[in-house]
Amino acid sequence: MSDFTANEMMTIAASRALTNEDVCFVGIGAPSAACNVARLTHAPDITLIYESGTIGTAPDVLPLSIGDGELCDTALTTVSVPEMFRYWLQGGRITIGFLGAAQLDKFGNINTTVIGDYHKPKVRLPGGGGAPEIASSCGEVYITMAQSKRGLVEKIDFYTSFGHGEGGDHRQRLGITTKGPTLLITDLAVWKPDPVTKEFTVVSMHPGVTREMVQETCGWEVKFAEKVEETPPPTELELKTLRDLKARTEAAHKGK
Amino acid sequence: MARFMPLDQAVRENLKDGDTAAFEGFTHLIPTAAAHEAIRQGFKDLTLIRMTPDLIYDQMVGMGMAKKLVFSYVGNPGVGLLRRVRDAVENGWPRSVEIEEHSHAAMANAYEAGAAGLPFAVFRGYRGAGLAEVNPNIKSITCPFTGEKLAAVPSVRPDVTFIHAQKADKKGNVLVEGIIGIQKEAVLAARRAVVTVEEVVDNFTGLHPNLCILPHWTITAIAVVPGGSHPSYTHGYYARDNASYLEWDEVSADRERFTAWMEENVIKAKPEDFAARVEKLRVAK
Repeated sequence: MSDFTANEMMTIAASRALTNEDVCFVGIGAPSAACNVARLTHAPDITLIYESGTIGTAPDVLPLSIGDGELCDTALTTVSVPEMFRYWLQGGRITIGFLGAAQLDKFGNINTTVIGDYHKPKVRLPGGGGAPEIASSCGEVYITMAQSKRGLVEKIDFYTSFGHGEGGDHRQRLGITTKGPTLLITDLAVWKPDPVTKEFTVVSMHPGVTREMVQETCGWEVKFAEKVEETPPPTELELKTLRDLKARTEAAHKGK
Repeated sequence: MARFMPLDQAVRENLKDGDTAAFEGFTHLIPTAAAHEAIRQGFKDLTLIRMTPDLIYDQMVGMGMAKKLVFSYVGNPGVGLLRRVRDAVENGWPRSVEIEEHSHAAMANAYEAGAAGLPFAVFRGYRGAGLAEVNPNIKSITCPFTGEKLAAVPSVRPDVTFIHAQKADKKGNVLVEGIIGIQKEAVLAARRAVVTVEEVVDNFTGLHPNLCILPHWTITAIAVVPGGSHPSYTHGYYARDNASYLEWDEVSADRERFTAWMEENVIKAKPEDFAARVEKLRVAK
């Protein structure tokens, strides 16, 4: 087993959560890498959907945007954006929404809109795009992001996408019938919501990671499951697939 | 009825100060040439609508042309933030800009409602989302049959929509293919529609019967501008210039560098310059 980075471990651990049967709405960035590693390793029949309307896409390089030509060229079909959001997402056809976040709280609520006050923002971020409805209409939501005290915070500045709100049955109380965030994969650990409180709890730490490392890079007091597993390290195939994909992508985005 | 004309005339005849305008394109087929022509003609007080206001709205906001932005994702796709929009929102440079922010689902539904002649769009959305609290145009409505509470937003009805497309035939019918985004809805929702195309062909006979074609009587003006969506792309013609999107992140980071770039690449440039910009990105037909 060769050396690997924490970021590679994160992408690979995230890819393992996906199966051949999944119909996955893919967010750009870290989720996109994980979804395509899954497709290129253990889940060749997974359906990947990007919000530009590409259904069943199989890009050879990671797209820079959600609408790169590569996505359309390799898709089973490409539909219009209204159709994507109405028939496919709102219609309940998508099993997993895979999102990243700028800020995340322990209940899986996501902020990608502003840092600071909405009307007088300290930093104006790009905003939600498709995420508010991805978070409520997909069967369940996976989240992947690197840990930092700025990213994993006690209180997010803006509810771009609703996770479990204040925890417990908050989703049901708002009339949301889907499961919401069921998995968080960071560069240090795999987290799952507590069945009752819905607070993210560490169920597995990546090789070499300690509880202190998880806590030091997290803005809330971390809860650990009774039995914390060790995430299996990347296999040679997983690592090679990811690195090849990244190398092809980098070459392509620089204009070859 | 679509009339063929040079781009400067098409923009002059169809855009006015204070208009509500949509320059649509969902990553693909972004009407950059039309936006640059609008910048050269120096319009003011525009309300700019777009799901994904990327580089061209960053440029228009940076040039002080917009009084309001209506959008659902204000980023440089895959790269990061829009720095000119940020400067306007955070610091009011070169002027402050009012924003009306939605989700993609809301904007897509709002365009569709506009095309369908409806006053508003209804959909299942915004549940638990903070935007519903800061945007007074996000309301709710109760389904009269099931009692379910659903989100409602006003339809989008631009004064004028600009899009870029692959080709027109000689009558002025327009073909859009690949990632078709919101183009059809944006054209049908607008009072006037201006289309830039890569080329004009004799006719569309013999093509697949379900292609996305906008009949000539839905379009006001067509201008032929090869390369007109660069650094975005035109499926079947040239690839996305991802390096330019990465470069924009640096150009737009600084007010002076931005202003110099705009002078050199937009103010002093012409629609005909776009063809050369895509030369190295052309794909084999």
